[in-house]
Amino acid sequence: MRVLIPGVSSAIARLVAERLASAGHEVTGIDPRPWPNHPPAIEIHAVDIRKRAAEDVFRKRRPEVVVHMATVTHLTERSEERYRINLGGTRAVFDHCRAYGVQHAIFVGRHTYYGAAPDSPLYHAEDEPPMALSSFPELADLVAADLYACTALWRYPELTTSVLRLCYSLGPTGHGTLSTFLRGRRIPLLLGFDPLFQFMHERDMARAICHAVEKRIRGVYNVSGPQPVPLSVIVRETGRVPVPLPEIVFATMLGRFGLPKLPRGALGHIKYPIVIDSSSFRAATGFSHEYDEVRTLRDFREAFPPPES
Amino acid sequence: MAFLIDPEIEERVGHLEIPFNQFGVDPYGISRTDLAREFTILRWFYRHYFSIRVSGVERVPAHGRAMLVGNHSGGVALDAAMVHASMFFDMNPPRLGQGMAEKFLNSVPFFSQFTNRLGHFTGLPEHAVRLLEDERLLMVFPEGARGTAKLYPERHSLVQFGTGFMRLAMKTKTPVVPFAFIGGGEAIPTVMNAYALGRLIGAPYVPITPYLLTVPLPVRLEIYYGEPMRFEGTGSEDDEVIAGYVERVKNVIAASIEEGVRQRKSKRGGRSA
Repeated sequence: MRVLIPGVSSAIARLVAERLASAGHEVTGIDPRPWPNHPPAIEIHAVDIRKRAAEDVFRKRRPEVVVHMATVTHLTERSEERYRINLGGTRAVFDHCRAYGVQHAIFVGRHTYYGAAPDSPLYHAEDEPPMALSSFPELADLVAADLYACTALWRYPELTTSVLRLCYSLGPTGHGTLSTFLRGRRIPLLLGFDPLFQFMHERDMARAICHAVEKRIRGVYNVSGPQPVPLSVIVRETGRVPVPLPEIVFATMLGRFGLPKLPRGALGHIKYPIVIDSSSFRAATGFSHEYDEVRTLRDFREAFPPPES
Repeated sequence: MAFLIDPEIEERVGHLEIPFNQFGVDPYGISRTDLAREFTILRWFYRHYFSIRVSGVERVPAHGRAMLVGNHSGGVALDAAMVHASMFFDMNPPRLGQGMAEKFLNSVPFFSQFTNRLGHFTGLPEHAVRLLEDERLLMVFPEGARGTAKLYPERHSLVQFGTGFMRLAMKTKTPVVPFAFIGGGEAIPTVMNAYALGRLIGAPYVPITPYLLTVPLPVRLEIYYGEPMRFEGTGSEDDEVIAGYVERVKNVIAASIEEGVRQRKSKRGGRSA
């Protein structure tokens, strides 16, 4: 199949591209960020998905499958720019899919769509609405992009659309929200809270996305790996030192003492769990994870041993 | 011995039908270590501080989904803690009774952490259905916060039952095991509820005792487990049908309380129980 991957230079997208290419698919990538020494079998176009040059790639390559991974999830990016990339980019991808006869579009979203709140259930199902946007409005662009992608299910019935909501990734590349959070030696936690965190090995995540390509599933699917574990266990098993702080102290320290400058709503994500039920995805694709929680944490720890104090 | 963990209890925790992973955590975040510590502490209250009498524990299914449904007795979750202890110490193999916690608890530091690690999740229908479909044992108090607000003179009464538990039991084909809890109102003799004080700490209210503090007295507590009751249906029946089934459960609990109080009085030579 001819597969196009917008956002191909991200860590997970590279794994997806390599895996699809080695399976014999014709893979093209779009990303303004460089991918040095990419496999020669993968054609890369260094363009912005929102620009005309990206549309040219659709026109000339005529992909059968598009895996949209050109969304920004880290919160350090300015909100306006994030909004433009996430929502404007998603709109462009689906417009081009329709205009150039793509058969299958996959939107790769995040499980943070569901939000972290004290009264939200463990194991979110796909039919649940996004919650906690009032306490964390900075996530609105990602939620809007997800919902926009979902509209393709009824707006473009001729296009098979998959909306995937993936849990956190973890692994030897060290990319992703959870990996970044665990990068230091001392990990600040909220005193009195120890939420479950759900993560999957980055190789399993790439395999799961490839399963979605191969099986051409239609609909909205949660994607996760092994069972979740408490954040304190993750910190301990990766050899880090937990530093529990009262919430008021933590909030005051954001942006200082080496802590990233995050919106206050982000604290909800280390206070309450976001855990998803991926049984529908597993049933539809036959996917099962290869890396359990123990091995995933060990792989991360070996790649990123705790920094010396 | 690990801090506040009795090795014997730690071993007993290993006999629970809970799928702990290599880190000692189940898919819901229940911690084997925290359970062992909790039961080590609870054992002293269960075996020594209170005088506990349990009857009918053999009626609780040894395996598979079940819902323990009973009355609230006492101003705080003393009843839930003792039923939870009873399932662990009096059943062989032990079972983990999982409570449905008040929503506010999950936003309170430490309470959030401990309730989740011990398996008492926020009282949401989604949690109840998932746990029952995973063959767990739920503890349900259909009186809700109204039940724990009962004052000392009302301690043997029942207030209105919610009906959600019955719909869930029918939907998930779960047997309901009614139980009566007696003595909690004497352990925590509530003379008034301070609602304003409760709002300050994020709770519905704070029970006030004659000695002001909400500290339980070392009294006799009794738990009567009844025969499992099964209700056929889908859980989407009309309110009148569901209310009729709930009333049947409530009547069984009321009769057990009445019988328990009568026996309690007779043992005290007719004095108030």
